[in-house]
Amino acid sequence: MTATLHVSERTTDTTDRRVLRRRLGPGRRIRFSFWIGPIVLLAVWAAGSATGLIKPAILTAPWDVVTAFQEQWTDHDLLGNILSSLARAALGLGLGVLAGAVLAVVSGLSRAGESLIDGPIQIKRSVPTLALIPLFIAWFGIGQEMKIVTIALISMVPIYVHTHNGLRGIDGRYAELAETIGIGRGEFVRHVVLPGALPGFLLGMRFAVTSSLLGLVVVEQYNATSGVGHMITLAEQYGQTDVIVVGLVIYGVFGYLADTAVRLTERRALAWRRTLDT
Amino acid sequence: MAADPGHLITAPAVRVRNLHRSFSRNGGVLNGLDLDIAPGEFVALIGRSGTGKSTLLRALAGLDRDVEGYGQITVPGAVSVVFQDSRLLPWKRVLPNVVFGLRGADADRRGRDALAEVGLEGRERAWPYQLSGGEQQRVSLARSLVREPQLLLADEPFGALDALTRIRMHALLRKLCERHRPAVLLVTHDVDEAIALADRVIQLDDGVVRTDVRVDLTRRSRHDPRFAELRAFLLDELGVTEEDRR
Ligand SMILES: Nc1ncnc2c1ncn2[C@@H]1O[C@H](COP(=O)(O)OP(=O)(O)OP(=O)(O)O)[C@@H](O)[C@H]1O
Ligand SMILES: [Mg+2]
Repeated sequence: MTATLHVSERTTDTTDRRVLRRRLGPGRRIRFSFWIGPIVLLAVWAAGSATGLIKPAILTAPWDVVTAFQEQWTDHDLLGNILSSLARAALGLGLGVLAGAVLAVVSGLSRAGESLIDGPIQIKRSVPTLALIPLFIAWFGIGQEMKIVTIALISMVPIYVHTHNGLRGIDGRYAELAETIGIGRGEFVRHVVLPGALPGFLLGMRFAVTSSLLGLVVVEQYNATSGVGHMITLAEQYGQTDVIVVGLVIYGVFGYLADTAVRLTERRALAWRRTLDT
Repeated sequence: MAADPGHLITAPAVRVRNLHRSFSRNGGVLNGLDLDIAPGEFVALIGRSGTGKSTLLRALAGLDRDVEGYGQITVPGAVSVVFQDSRLLPWKRVLPNVVFGLRGADADRRGRDALAEVGLEGRERAWPYQLSGGEQQRVSLARSLVREPQLLLADEPFGALDALTRIRMHALLRKLCERHRPAVLLVTHDVDEAIALADRVIQLDDGVVRTDVRVDLTRRSRHDPRFAELRAFLLDELGVTEEDRR
């Protein structure tokens, strides 16, 4: 009798003795996990430069990059260059996203739209946008228009493809429900189609952001008078490796911040989904 | 069951005449079906699998655009459908799901009232995935009732629920129907469910209504000998033998 009591005492103890299965998903989210990888990379770079393993001729040391950054900032209007690049990328990306999303919705919701739009975009997909630059130069000249059109076009494609895909994947039973509830086409698009296609759109957005930066890097090689690419081109002529690295780091930071922003948006906007990520 | 004056004087809520429906390959599913449902009447539709119960229901709901057929259908203006799956939009919280497509300034208040009626007060801001299967089906019932339908169409709405939750849902559905008095057509494969809920049970066979019986039990209890009698009759009609029942 005493033995039994003893056992029950132990099991009702405050220690939590639950039975848990081995988890197959990635597990709990780590705080600030976004920053861990880049910080490790930076540490390796710094350690390599400090020990002389990475020679300055190969890659400038992080602290020299910081010095070059300060110099560019005070003497060569680095902020102006950054803003000019950002404006270019943002404008191109904005136009591309808008066009991609609108085309995806039109082609996803109407058969006529699909037959007109889908084919050309699939063909466009197989032609690298960067290969079209010579043509754009002939059409738009070498100025700002050519650059923005290129960035817009390069970021439009992933938005179109993924939004269209997400839209076509919406369960047809929701359309049936909407029909029995008696709502119009506008409300159907707003409450069913757009939220249903949002996961696809946001995935496309992540690709589009990276593509737009790729486009930016390339178009800024062409006769820019301002912008980070312009700064890199000048540094190339004078053999300033440290300034080139400053430019590359800025591109990297752009990309990383933009991607982070999209991922955070994704997490908030898709709270209704239960996926492996949560 | 004395005279049924309501049946004679008022026009029926649902009137179906000579309804034909067929899917191109396998011949006729509905072959000249006639059916009347009085306002406020609760009709259960039973029949073997594949006899066209869902086809009839979808015809009444106006969801059978791609099906061949002809015939006359008259249904009231306000029709609501309860599907077998709750069909809540996963990207909307519970209350917006209930009032989805509802117009008017007091839509939210009506939605809250409907949720309270199905016993889900306080869950307005939950996501559908956070609800149990039974709770999701209650939300979908609230979504139908908040529209104050004159006709409620339900295709095996409790099919995916466990036996205990089903019994609760039966009581809830009867209570709600007595309060709102829509005409109801409920498809079910469960004879007990049909007798427990309906004023009338019809059985579909060969594309027409083959059996049409009134359920006038004062106590809807399995212990009522007439319940057992009716149950045996309907099972017999469905071709379930004594042997099967054992
Ligand atoms: N979309 C379709 N295309 C082709 N045939 C169909 C389609 N929908 C139903 N049918 C056929 O029509 C017949 C009636 O189907 P229905 O879904 O109405 O049956 P049911 O009585 O609801 O059966 P259950 O009790 O299994 O739900 C079946 O033989 C089925 O194969
Ligand atoms: Mg069916």
